[in-house]
Amino acid sequence: MIIKFENVSKKFGSTSSALSDVDLRIEGGEFVFLVGPSGAGKSTLLRLLAKEYIPTSGKILVDNIDINKLNSKETLIYRRKLGFVFQDFKLLDDRTVFENVALALEVRDFSDKEIKKEVERILKLFEIWDRRNLFPQQLSGGEAQRTAIARAIISKPDLLLADEPTGDLDPQTAWGVIQLLNEINSWGTTVLMATHNVEIVNTLKRRVVYIKGGKVVKDNKEGKYELH
Amino acid sequence: MSYIKFVKRNIRRAPYQALTASMVMFLTFLVVSVFLLIALGSQKILQYYESKPQAIAFFKDGTTDSDINLIKESLVATGKVTNLKYISKQEALEIYKERNKDKPILLELVTANILPASLEISAITPKDLGPIAEILKQEPVVEEVVYPEDVVESLNKATEIIRFVGLVLISFLATFATLVILMVIGFKIRLRRSEIETMKLLGASNWFIRMPFLLEGMFYGVVGAVFAWISSLVLLWYFAPFIERNMAEVKLLSISPIVFLGLFLVELLLALIIGFFGSYAAVRRYLRI
Repeated sequence: MIIKFENVSKKFGSTSSALSDVDLRIEGGEFVFLVGPSGAGKSTLLRLLAKEYIPTSGKILVDNIDINKLNSKETLIYRRKLGFVFQDFKLLDDRTVFENVALALEVRDFSDKEIKKEVERILKLFEIWDRRNLFPQQLSGGEAQRTAIARAIISKPDLLLADEPTGDLDPQTAWGVIQLLNEINSWGTTVLMATHNVEIVNTLKRRVVYIKGGKVVKDNKEGKYELH
Repeated sequence: MSYIKFVKRNIRRAPYQALTASMVMFLTFLVVSVFLLIALGSQKILQYYESKPQAIAFFKDGTTDSDINLIKESLVATGKVTNLKYISKQEALEIYKERNKDKPILLELVTANILPASLEISAITPKDLGPIAEILKQEPVVEEVVYPEDVVESLNKATEIIRFVGLVLISFLATFATLVILMVIGFKIRLRRSEIETMKLLGASNWFIRMPFLLEGMFYGVVGAVFAWISSLVLLWYFAPFIERNMAEVKLLSISPIVFLGLFLVELLLALIIGFFGSYAAVRRYLRI
């Protein structure tokens, strides 16, 4: 999956500009960190890619297709190629770990038998099988984020969008999550992760896109999180 | 199958709202049932009177057998009469005694002299009763002529009023029930906004998100209709002895089970329509996908 941002700008209202003239190309299978201060536009960039927002100007091409020209059915098919991980996990409180992960397959009309088999496989892989009957409030932060990641990748997405996935986690748990994302990337899934975590960025030595004031100010292949 | 799971979860999560919606639907359909049964009953009473075109002529004291025979002959000559039955003063007393055997005070006061002799005339059709009554009224020995034209007319009016009041009340309650469903489902959609957002990001189709809400609205309708139908049957069964005592000849309760099944199906259909429209309006209003 090749992603191209061509002169993409996003304004909220008439004055507030979240992104301006962003040009960015991401190759399939890359692991890219989006870094920058709060309000720089990292989350906006991810949401534009998820087609939650429509750019004010410019184009977002995924495999040479302008995602903003997709109709609602095509958008649905496009979104099913993506996985999402959020800082606040966005798990559904009244569903167990098993049911939360199963939801990703339910919306894709998988049969009950397939859902059971796939969810068991992924929960065992993520070492949370023994937590399958617990509700999100009964989980630790790490377990909740593992559940959220399991839900995001159970449908084998081409692109994983992670918005501050380690933001609410202690360092040890955060590293566990990063190892998981790294492993997912090694299977061929493109990972685009917005983060503030300097240590993780600097240790992993992956591509770093630095965003400030809505603009891409640096793009290093094996970058470091440089604080400006 | 997963839609049903979603609906069950929605109901479990907000049981009091589910109860409120179901009760409003129950009330609506109970009124629908009761009015439909009353309309059906009044129709049955009308049919009874229409199927028995009968006039009764009451004679003055001192009417002789020859007077009565002359009247009988003139009535038969019209060709509109199927049967004639003379009831003497003594026979009238016997009938009176039979009807009031539980009320001894009434029996003590009445003798055969007080009661008039009468002639029961069965006509071919209800339309024939008017001309027959006219002939009878012209006879000097006839004190009074009673025939059910007035009864049929009054019943017709009463039936029309029942239908009108029922229709107004049912329309009002149906609108009210639709709005309650709209409010309950709308509230649930607002409550689950972030969940809907997550489902969208997971690639859920619009109908996958909408369908559980639509089914939930229809479920409340069906629950209300089923319980209302059962309740109306219980009410009918409870009041049956009273009705039978007072209107034994009309046979109100001899309504076929197919009619009751038809009533159930009509209510079920109406419930599905109300549930669907209430929840569809909520989905249109609050669920922006």
